[in-house]
Amino acid sequence: MAITREQVRRVASLARLRLEPDEEERLTADLDHILAAFTRLEALDTTGIEPMAHVEDVPVPMRDDAVTNPPAGDGLLVNAPARDGRLFRVPKIIE
Amino acid sequence: MSALHDLTARDAAARVRRREVSATELTRAALSRITAVEPQVGAILTICEREALAAAEIIDRRVAAGEDPGLLAGVPVGLKDNICTAGIRTTASSRILEAFVPPYDATVAARLQQAGAVLVGKLNCDEFAMGSSTENAALGVTRNPWDPERVAGGSSGGSAAAVAAREVHASLGSDTGGSIRLPASFCGVVGMKPTYGRVSRYGVIAFASSLDQVGPLARDVGDAALVLQAIAGHDPADGTSSQRPVPSYVAALEGGVRGLRLGLPREYFVEGMQPDVEASVRAAVRTLEAQGATVEPVSLPHTEYAIATYYLITSAEASSNLARYDGVRYGLRAAGGGTLAEMYERSRAAGFGPEVKRRIMLGTYALSAGYYDAYYLKAQQVRTLIRRDFEQAFAHVDALIAPVAPSTAFRLGERVDDPLTMYLSDILTISLNLAGLPGISLPCGLDAAGLPIGLQLIGKAFDEATLLRIAAAYEAASDWTARSPIP
Repeated sequence: MAITREQVRRVASLARLRLEPDEEERLTADLDHILAAFTRLEALDTTGIEPMAHVEDVPVPMRDDAVTNPPAGDGLLVNAPARDGRLFRVPKIIE
Repeated sequence: MSALHDLTARDAAARVRRREVSATELTRAALSRITAVEPQVGAILTICEREALAAAEIIDRRVAAGEDPGLLAGVPVGLKDNICTAGIRTTASSRILEAFVPPYDATVAARLQQAGAVLVGKLNCDEFAMGSSTENAALGVTRNPWDPERVAGGSSGGSAAAVAAREVHASLGSDTGGSIRLPASFCGVVGMKPTYGRVSRYGVIAFASSLDQVGPLARDVGDAALVLQAIAGHDPADGTSSQRPVPSYVAALEGGVRGLRLGLPREYFVEGMQPDVEASVRAAVRTLEAQGATVEPVSLPHTEYAIATYYLITSAEASSNLARYDGVRYGLRAAGGGTLAEMYERSRAAGFGPEVKRRIMLGTYALSAGYYDAYYLKAQQVRTLIRRDFEQAFAHVDALIAPVAPSTAFRLGERVDDPLTMYLSDILTISLNLAGLPGISLPCGLDAAGLPIGLQLIGKAFDEATLLRIAAAYEAASDWTARSPIP
């Protein structure tokens, strides 16, 4: 299979990445090359094999419904690129 | 007496407890070693001089007051820069986190501190731990202390190089597909990837959450055991960390290998392997046989599918994990106006490097509608088959023995333009991450160019103790560890 420039644009949009034309070209070639090498998986019969999402079979641990972390203070906001008092500031969403 | 920076971590800590040397003296010695050799190594992104001296002073006061200062009392250490440290910049070697100062400590950072270790530096790595050479690093170049024209390996290249160059006595790295063992091998130090769930991931910047695991890099096997002891064990803040009790790794070092059964995976002696790598590993196998271990061939038949499986699964997980970098709560926000969506796209474009973008694209593609079953689901099924290979091998043997990589450290720039060739550097290390198993890399020779060769031992889940025991027996019968390339 061949990866097209159009597919790369679509995936970049899903991933919220703005690509320059030269990056688009490079990524089209790279993904094509990498996925071509990965087609060897197709040849392997995996009928009836359980997919493995995680190593451990232990269930997700439950804990008491109690607040254990300290109240969210200024520490959460000190790394914000833009803030307004105790709020994160973002570009206007609704026109 | 040798220079303070040459001491093993356990010797240094013992001397602090006996009041023969102070934590402050050890810390000053590490800082002056860093000043002397860092220009030729480039292992450290942030030197924490003020914080380190303050921490050392606290240790010294505790010693003076007769308190127990901990297993690693006063020992200068470094942390891979994807491990969060409260008040100390943590970048994951990415432009997108260049100015990020975490408000909290990763559990492993806090545990090292509780054990008395003194953090002197945050160490370079491939961006978001994606790479095999530490060349995908946005904020600095790390060189192999054995040859400045060669890579240190990756992704925990700074963690390995800093230990090899004697800038720190031990360090922590993270290993998703070989990122502790490969640089340990290339830099001639000991590196251990623990079983998935043995060490907390809380506060470790996520790459591929079902595989990421933190572990020690150290100058010898005893130090690796000591550091693992300090960080292992359940953490309520990480739901995937295991409740199993932690055995004494230090006690495990004494056992010897008599009666142990070692498996030699035939698929791990690959075509095109550097001949002196294979020769050194086979010599190490004979050394262990002479110590009383028995060795038999085993097969891991799905090894040839591991690279594709690994890169599909980790890239899918990474594309999801890295969705959090949106320029809103922390990290880089690109300047300029526009809509919220445009701000996301421009910030991510400016903040991520080429390899991170490549993996986000690969992962997003593998998860996207129409391709999910063919790539992601298929890879998850093959992951089951790869795990079964190990289960079948471990029905017969106690541990597996193999090289860490098909070659010794390659030249800077040699593979950077060919992602697929770079991915092949991980061919002997990634399978055990898919299966969640522990592995250790330790030095077993030097090649014709004088570069370190690594021996890899792979264990059953939660059987780090047996790996450390075999490694310690090999180390005692050889003289490859504890060599420093820089006088």
